[in-house]
Amino acid sequence: MAERVLEVEDLCVEIPIPSGMLRPVQHVSFHVGQGETLAIVGESGCGKSLTSLAIMDLLPSKAKRRAERLVLDGDALTGMTERQMADIRGNQMSMIFQEPMTSLNPAYTIGNQLTEAMLRHKSVSLAEAKDRAVWLLEKVGITAARSRLGQYPHQLSGGLRQRVMIAMALMCGPDMIIADEPTTALDVTIQAQILHLLAELQDEFHMGMILITHDLGVVARVADRVAVMYAGQFVETGTAAQIFDSPTHPYTQGLLECIPIPGKTERGAHLGSIPGIVPSLVGEIRGCHFAGRCPYVHEACTAEDVSLRPSLDAGHEYRCVLSPQAAIANRNKQAAQ
Amino acid sequence: MAVTEIKSDAVALEKAIEPSPGALLRRRVFSHMGLMIGGGILLVILAMALLAPLISPHDPYDQILDRKLIPPVWFDSPKVTWAHPLGTDQLGRDYLSRLFWGARISLLIGFAAMLISGVIGTTLGVLAGYFGGRVDMVVNFIITTRLSMPVVLVALAVVSLIGSSLTVVIWVLGLLIWDRFAVVMRSATQQVRGLDFVAAAEALGCSTWRILASEIMPNVTNHLIVVATIEMAHAILLEAALSFLGLGVQPPEPSWGLMIAEAKGLMFFEAWLITIPGTALFLLVLAINLLGDGVRDVTAPENRN
Amino acid sequence: MLQYVLKRLGIAILVAVTVSMITFSMIYLSGDPAIALAGETATQEDIQNIRRVYGYDQPIVVQYANWLWNALQGDFGQSHYLKKPVADVIFERLPTTMLLGACALIFALVLSIPLGVVAAVRPNSLIDRIALTIAVVGQAMPSFWFALTMMLWLGIYWRLLPISGTASWANFVMPSIALGYYITPAVMRLTRAGMLEVLSSDYIRTARAKGLRPMTVLFKHALRNAIIPVVSLAAVQFGFMLGGSIVIETIFAVNGLGFLAWESIQRADLPMMQAIVLVLSFFYIILTFLADMLNAWLDPRIRVM
Repeated sequence: MAERVLEVEDLCVEIPIPSGMLRPVQHVSFHVGQGETLAIVGESGCGKSLTSLAIMDLLPSKAKRRAERLVLDGDALTGMTERQMADIRGNQMSMIFQEPMTSLNPAYTIGNQLTEAMLRHKSVSLAEAKDRAVWLLEKVGITAARSRLGQYPHQLSGGLRQRVMIAMALMCGPDMIIADEPTTALDVTIQAQILHLLAELQDEFHMGMILITHDLGVVARVADRVAVMYAGQFVETGTAAQIFDSPTHPYTQGLLECIPIPGKTERGAHLGSIPGIVPSLVGEIRGCHFAGRCPYVHEACTAEDVSLRPSLDAGHEYRCVLSPQAAIANRNKQAAQ
Repeated sequence: MAVTEIKSDAVALEKAIEPSPGALLRRRVFSHMGLMIGGGILLVILAMALLAPLISPHDPYDQILDRKLIPPVWFDSPKVTWAHPLGTDQLGRDYLSRLFWGARISLLIGFAAMLISGVIGTTLGVLAGYFGGRVDMVVNFIITTRLSMPVVLVALAVVSLIGSSLTVVIWVLGLLIWDRFAVVMRSATQQVRGLDFVAAAEALGCSTWRILASEIMPNVTNHLIVVATIEMAHAILLEAALSFLGLGVQPPEPSWGLMIAEAKGLMFFEAWLITIPGTALFLLVLAINLLGDGVRDVTAPENRN
Repeated sequence: MLQYVLKRLGIAILVAVTVSMITFSMIYLSGDPAIALAGETATQEDIQNIRRVYGYDQPIVVQYANWLWNALQGDFGQSHYLKKPVADVIFERLPTTMLLGACALIFALVLSIPLGVVAAVRPNSLIDRIALTIAVVGQAMPSFWFALTMMLWLGIYWRLLPISGTASWANFVMPSIALGYYITPAVMRLTRAGMLEVLSSDYIRTARAKGLRPMTVLFKHALRNAIIPVVSLAAVQFGFMLGGSIVIETIFAVNGLGFLAWESIQRADLPMMQAIVLVLSFFYIILTFLADMLNAWLDPRIRVM
């Protein structure tokens, strides 16, 4: 197993709102190794973006972060001052956002925005930073890179901007990169290119990557390990193969039925849907968060909190009162119908 | 088992105790401090203006020359008398009575000028916002032209050329300060025009005037109210400035601006002469502004949850 | 960019021509200008004479063309009262008003922009509340009353500053504050609103994710974008201030254009009044044109197309 770049243990985010305490992220734990891609999957509002912002310490000012352990390259991020955190952001750990159209400052040139992080973190000259920017722009597949430095964001298409965002995240050679739905806002034809590019670069630079997405198709292609998030909690984690071949949690099972996976879903097969709505995360929820929508719900589900527990294979964990055998049997029954 | 039932019960209960939109609006209104303070002050001044003939202790025009410059009651002076709670001016006129009657002039001019400018500005703005294109270009040009003429100076010049009176002041101000109505109504209409229900009304073949009256206007009313308060305050301040410069309301009318102008020569000795009408003017404008801000806060769509 | 400049320039010229027509027609507001000019004791013959001398007997279009042609060459005619060329008097007084306006603008911007920025960075904090209070109070304060009150306290009671004239820099302090405070609320609110919007934008999050220093994020990334609308507003408000300087200059006896305007109105000096309105309007038009240009330069989305 590769050396761990990022370790997260018991991460919680709490936001006080008028009607009580909102807990969008609850006791999330995971780790990412060098050159490894962890995909965090879940529907919108499940807390996956807040998880990434919490790691970067970029949460909105009202939101409070708590974590047992939050370690990057062996340094604890918990208890770091804002100044120390700023030294790490964009340097050892950087982030790619969902909205390439609005994530670049309209007032400055691409070159200016590419070089500023490097000038801030590394002792390099402007010329050196520009050279690196050009080199990276070429890496992310932008032609006439040097002349692009003088262009403004509004002169570039969405796909190009996202390539620029990726280059920008790589400027300081980070060990860890967090991509928060990097392809959601792009045309379908460009989505695949950008993902392919990300996977390639991650491999080349040997970075750890967290890929946040709601698109299971994306996950199947690039993720090493997958964490399925529902209503603020990880409900199932495992390798990509484990999650796709033997999903154990009823939510994961439902999620996989909703989406056709290339090569796995038969042509013409019926796609499922999960009835019900996500529970409110204000205050404490007793028991399983998915109980309200789960087809197999019974008394034990809401009796007490359910913790993550091992499934059949090593490294595969899920959060359900059912035994793995029973859960998988349920799925097969469902599929047979 | 019954988890889903419990959940649906909870939802039903929530629905049952959820207040109606009207109650919600009332609650927001009453919990908005600025709105309450502004509304309160305005009500007091409105009452002063409406009841001036009844509550004034004296005739505001009555000059009692042996009772000149009596200070207000809180001053430590032998001349002080409760017959003139706010004292008398340099011509022996009761200051409190003049203040009450002055409220009438300020409110009348402010309201009338706002009405005139509101009609002009709203018409221009709504037409520009709804029709766009050429109409919009022309209206924009008219607004720009109007904005480039200095209001105070033009008002003063015009009033001096055609002679000053209450009606003239109202019309001059009304014809000058419609620009904000036009600008705000134009953009508000543009926004509403882009919404689906307008497209739906168009698709149903409703006439343009019907769409303007029943689809556009009701949805820009909150903007209209806010601008109306701003412009009423603006008109009141302009009237006071005009009267202060001697080209607005003419003596012996008790305009607050004129009262300050008349007391100007004496202000170094009897500062209260300008403090009292000045404070009244300030409070009136403050109240109207607070009311406008409050209406904006309470009706702003982002506050509607 | 060139196309944008030319379009703006075209509109500016068109507005200027329209304004000049309106200003020119001012002389007919009081009826026949020749009668007004001749005075009550004039005979029919005197009036005929005046008509011929001043060209009032010619068709109105010819009169306007002549007037505009002369005005463009800097000839605004003779002052009826001072018996001097209007242009000479105006250019003698203009620098004082410009100086006053500039000082007032600087005062307003130095106060309002930092306050707006701080208020936006810490919304609902003590500073934000103080800033909001200043804005609300400032907007409600009649400028002439504020000027008089300031004069009373700073000038008479505490003897800190001279109360009238233009003898030294100290004379400009109170008029600048009195003139500048009026635009402070608007600039502050716009700065605050702009900063709030920009600070919650995605590109600020990007900048923070790069680990940039808070000051770099605030000034390089946020303020630069938030300031763009403030530039336009400041230009517009500067124009309004020059128009409003008539009140302040009159109070503090600052011998500028505003004071001249008031004197001319008192003396019914029509050519002078016309010229001042025209000069201030043109100044406003030039100012907004320059602000548009500055805006375009600040905003690459307009500059680089």
